[in-house]
Amino acid sequence: MVTKQTPSQTVGPYFAYGLTAQQYHYPNGQIADGTLADDKMPGRVRIIGRVLDGDGQPIPDAMVEIWQADSDGRYGWAGARGFGRQGTGTDAESRFIFDTVKPGSIGGGQAPHLTVILFMRGLLTHLYTRIYFSDDAEANRADPVLAAVPADRRHSLVARREETANGIVYHFDIHMQGEGETVFFDF
Amino acid sequence: MTLRTASGRDWASHPPLNYPPYRSTALRAPTKPLIPIARSLSETTGPIYGDESVGPLDNDLTRNGRRNGEPLGERIIVTGRVVDELGRPIRHSLVEVWQANAAGRYVHKVDQHDAPLDPNFLGGGRCVTDEDGIYRFYTIKPGAYPWGNHPNAWRPNHIHFSLLGPSIASRLVTQMYFPGDPLLTLDPIYLGVPAEARERLVSTFSIDVTEPGFALGYVFDIVLRGGRETPFER
Ligand SMILES: [Fe+2]
Repeated sequence: MVTKQTPSQTVGPYFAYGLTAQQYHYPNGQIADGTLADDKMPGRVRIIGRVLDGDGQPIPDAMVEIWQADSDGRYGWAGARGFGRQGTGTDAESRFIFDTVKPGSIGGGQAPHLTVILFMRGLLTHLYTRIYFSDDAEANRADPVLAAVPADRRHSLVARREETANGIVYHFDIHMQGEGETVFFDF
Repeated sequence: MTLRTASGRDWASHPPLNYPPYRSTALRAPTKPLIPIARSLSETTGPIYGDESVGPLDNDLTRNGRRNGEPLGERIIVTGRVVDELGRPIRHSLVEVWQANAAGRYVHKVDQHDAPLDPNFLGGGRCVTDEDGIYRFYTIKPGAYPWGNHPNAWRPNHIHFSLLGPSIASRLVTQMYFPGDPLLTLDPIYLGVPAEARERLVSTFSIDVTEPGFALGYVFDIVLRGGRETPFER
């Protein structure tokens, strides 16, 4: 028996108390948030970004999920599980912020990366992209997924590393349209 | 090892990214085509949230938001089976739901619809599928609500669903509708789904699920992507 996929629908504007309740200060719980690694975790980094619409305006009602391997490149790690979820509606600049560890390479010639799943009002079907890291230039050049991306668009998948007084921050804006439109994947 | 994309997203089942009748897609849909990639562990693994991730009242929206009484509206039971594309059950997998109250109002702070909030209804819940892939929750039938997409636009009654399934590839966010709703044929979000696939989003009334003297029953089965992969060595 082969059955057909249930169609996707938009997450809509009101997901906050369903999927990200604590972040938005609703009384019910949520399964995952922006903290994949606490401040005691060695090698903790912060990933900060915005989701920008076709006018370049930050989108305040998007939901960003990440899925990643641990620093040894293993999926399904204990504790925070490598899964994070953040809405862009609680930050004054509509940013998503994840505190996590930088993943190791999972093998297969792949450079370290996170998978991103993106939802928002106005998006009838969710999108997938990846975050690579600017300090892995050599590994990125050998990565088979980046190789499938036209050279002039690869930069849209690479987070920019910054050393701050509070630790290492990677900046990764998602551009839905326009110059520098982020690459989204189908698989 | 990589996996062929036999269980890729079936674009004959899902709405397109750019769908002009739904105006918000205009500035938010990517303009360039998605880039196909072979699946690796990054796509075939995913977070597992099982029974330990739900509390005792999480699957009962008629109780989990109570403050001083019972929520108003028509009590219903929503249940269904979550399967992959071969019809195999997706076991012990998280289902998250959220919805408007009986008057068509969301608890969400940005909902400006001039309809009453219900002090005893929150509208968010969670449950986990069982050994047969079956989920079940109690709630109040959500009301229709107006929105600004076009003049006199109304969303049909619906419940939002979020499913994780076994991998990142099986992730699905969707909406469940109710049979016979006259607003369906006017709703650009529903109509964004290819015609042949739309009815999969409409639940069916079931007298068998209905609990005598207590609540009407609706069945909404869900098929997640997956099951048709052909593993092969590279
Ligand atoms: Fe809704």
